[in-house]
Amino acid sequence: MSDANNVKSICMDANDIERAVTRMAHQILEANKGAEDIALVGIVTRGDLLAKMLACKIEEIEGVKVPLGKLDISFYRDDFATHFAPEVHSTDIPFSIDGKTVVLVDDVLYTGRTIRAALDALMDIGRPAAVELAVLVDRGHRELPIRADFVGKNVPSSSSENVRLFLEEVDGISAVEILDIEPGQRAGASPLGTKEGE
Amino acid sequence: MALMLKNAHLVDPQIGLDEVADILIRDGKIVEVGHNLTMEKGEERDLTGKIITPGLVDLHVHFRDPGQEQKEDIASGTRAAAHGGFTAVCTMPNTSPVVDDAVAVEYVKARAAAVGKCRVIVSGACSKDLKGEVLSDMGDMYLHGAPVFTDDGHGIQDAGMMRRVMDYAKQFDTVIMAHCQDDSLVGDGQVNEGVASTRLGMVGWPAEGEELEIARDIALCRLTGCPLHIQHITTKRGLDLVAAAKAEGLPVTCEVTPHHMFLTEDDITAEYQTALKVNPPLRTAEDAAALIEGLKNGVIDAIVTDHAPHTDWEKDREFELAPFGMTGLETSLSLVLTHLVRAGVIDYGRMVQAMAVAPREILRQEPVKLEAGSTADLTVIDPEAEWTVEVGDFYSKANNSGFIGAKLTGRATDTYVGGYATMQDGVVVDGGTI
Amino acid sequence: MAFDHKHLIDITEYSADDIMTILETAKTFKQVNERRIKKVPTLKGFTVVNMFNEPSTRTRSSFEIAEKRLSADSLNFGGSSTATVKGESLVDTVKTLCSYKIDCIVVRDRWAGVPRKIADVSGVSVIDAGDGKHQHPTQALLDLYSIWEEKGDLNGLHVGVVGDISHSRVCGSLIPALKIMGCEVTVIAPPTLLPARPDILGADHVTSNLDEALPELDVVYMLRIQRERFEGAPYPNLREYNLLYGLTQERDRLMKPDATICHPGPINRGVELDSFMADHPKRSIILDQVYAGVLVRMAALYLLLGGSNDGIDA
Repeated sequence: MSDANNVKSICMDANDIERAVTRMAHQILEANKGAEDIALVGIVTRGDLLAKMLACKIEEIEGVKVPLGKLDISFYRDDFATHFAPEVHSTDIPFSIDGKTVVLVDDVLYTGRTIRAALDALMDIGRPAAVELAVLVDRGHRELPIRADFVGKNVPSSSSENVRLFLEEVDGISAVEILDIEPGQRAGASPLGTKEGE
Repeated sequence: MALMLKNAHLVDPQIGLDEVADILIRDGKIVEVGHNLTMEKGEERDLTGKIITPGLVDLHVHFRDPGQEQKEDIASGTRAAAHGGFTAVCTMPNTSPVVDDAVAVEYVKARAAAVGKCRVIVSGACSKDLKGEVLSDMGDMYLHGAPVFTDDGHGIQDAGMMRRVMDYAKQFDTVIMAHCQDDSLVGDGQVNEGVASTRLGMVGWPAEGEELEIARDIALCRLTGCPLHIQHITTKRGLDLVAAAKAEGLPVTCEVTPHHMFLTEDDITAEYQTALKVNPPLRTAEDAAALIEGLKNGVIDAIVTDHAPHTDWEKDREFELAPFGMTGLETSLSLVLTHLVRAGVIDYGRMVQAMAVAPREILRQEPVKLEAGSTADLTVIDPEAEWTVEVGDFYSKANNSGFIGAKLTGRATDTYVGGYATMQDGVVVDGGTI
Repeated sequence: MAFDHKHLIDITEYSADDIMTILETAKTFKQVNERRIKKVPTLKGFTVVNMFNEPSTRTRSSFEIAEKRLSADSLNFGGSSTATVKGESLVDTVKTLCSYKIDCIVVRDRWAGVPRKIADVSGVSVIDAGDGKHQHPTQALLDLYSIWEEKGDLNGLHVGVVGDISHSRVCGSLIPALKIMGCEVTVIAPPTLLPARPDILGADHVTSNLDEALPELDVVYMLRIQRERFEGAPYPNLREYNLLYGLTQERDRLMKPDATICHPGPINRGVELDSFMADHPKRSIILDQVYAGVLVRMAALYLLLGGSNDGIDA
């Protein structure tokens, strides 16, 4: 969890996030020549919120409601055997992804393992025409050959740091923070609402 | 050869003895009891701090010999007895073959004479092959030295047959020892019916399955006049039946085991400890308290072990498939000392009464008293010895004690049978005959 | 969520939170079970042994489906060819299985207490799939799941359990589980089919009058009558059982309008349930229970084999 002590810097504030999302929405539309056949699928628990923001932005720009789903990758993680059974959130993709261009949305791209799991999960759900990846922050340190198609901001970081997104909707404040990883803590997103709980 | 036991605290309620004194033994008999005794030559042992009682007798053991010597045999069983401070035991007839004729009685006696470390009193079956149908050769067995009879294991189901047994037996100076179990009520019962059977999801063994037969056998005692001994009584209401029979003046006695006094159905947990699977089953805490009270007030005559050895592999399995019974010879005295004598529930005199005097009376044996002229069957007790029950310490072949891990205070250190040590300083004496 | 159980053997070792975690996890598996590829790779590389020392079709197939949908390798062991039949002891059989380097044993056995013994001997996760007349925790969990889905909340529900309580391992887990979740439980059975102390299981009320009890119940859980047993039968015949304890169409009017009917299956139609009630479109959730079996078994395997969550959801 983030507390004031180990926050090293705030690399994006609410305005930065808003601007990045707007730019990414434009890029997605441009790359796909419009909103037709696009579907947004956010990875829980922050990616799905970002996906929702992107969907709103796209609707603002293009006047089209793109299909929006959320994907839980718990059952596809590669560290189940070594770590723990993560709390499962529900996957909810209320449309067929067959033939669609699915834009996977996540908050922070780091090792790439989450995206690997998400790709496997998507393939078990249907057969998209293409999958693209949008992330708000790319912090480097990839362990798999995965790259993002749309990036809000590149944030160089050390592996002893955590880069975390907080969103007003669930955390009471919107920001991307760089924090020290405390002993025993793992890199990754913080549970929903941790900002409020401080 | 003479043996002098000096400075021990002698306890014998039969003659009102309760003081420190010396005992001089010669040719298997006590020749003198007194203070500052001397002798010309012989072995002298200083037993300061120890207690000497008339030798303990366990009137209910299973030595599995003949037939199931992998569980126990007469050599290992009598060694376990000596180790537990017992000078005599009464073996149950449910061996293979059953002790239901004189040949079988002679077999057990001969093995005991050859390899025994305590006196072995043989009980015969009441019915042929323990089937409850035809009378066993009771008279022939009696003439060959079986003083008492029992169908221990299941009991005699048919009341008419039990009456015939008791009618027939009363021509001898004997007692019919009754294992009280109504099979039609008990069925496949595994544990006490009630909390334990519900909690563990197994067929219950109702107290009434025992009490009904106690009531029946008391009625048959009244009808036939044959002395009756109720084996391993376990319930408060069963005890009330015996108390009423005694008050009526009927020749009824009864016995209790340490495990029914000191363990309850609550000790059988979700671990399903098969060591605690016994027949009759462990009952409620209320029953156990009533048994202790019954021992204290004399409704219960004797403490027995129902020593029932089984191999590890027989016990280490599904509860419902494991055999009934636990060992007891090597823990009985210490459990009684720890939980009853040290706890102030009974005194040494009452303990001696229940573990030495009454068992001899029930078995129609000569009394052993701490006085000149008596047979020198003696048990020496260290009342302060602290020890933990451990599997490796048993002389029995079997480890199926329900008290493994128990911390106890007091145990027998020396056992004398006919003046010969069968155990000395806690170690069973090898070689020699008793 | 702090789920730190290694075994699912005794439901009374589970708290209401533990049980809710299982139910909520089970719900997330619906999505997997309802798509074209009904499989996730979560337990890839795990070996689960289904050790069924007693015949069972439903429970075993439900576990097998759950294991396969989680990508575990499963081995069915037992049936008439059990090593035990050949004289091998349970302990030796389990040690032999463990030499294959397995991760979980799902056990069904005729004898009470066997799952605990296997857990002690094997050191791997053990799931009790029914032991003797003792417990059947996954059945209780799937029942809770079905009722929870149907009613929305378990707390405060009045559940009646009708039938052979004394020989039922289902009751051994279900009644305590209902109590853990805050239900009120009435046990309804002929006295010959009651355990010695229904209160020990958690029953709040015990009665032999179905008609008097029915109007109070939110859920009526009908147990299967073992029609095989006739010698020393605890009731005169099936007709009389049906007369006194069968949930018949005539009894529909005694039930609350929204009362739900459950049954662990397989049903004896015309004995404990008639077809009107078994197939009642509004009341019967019997087929939902079967589906729930796969969901809760997937959830149990997922949670037990995953070990404890350290609280970080990444």
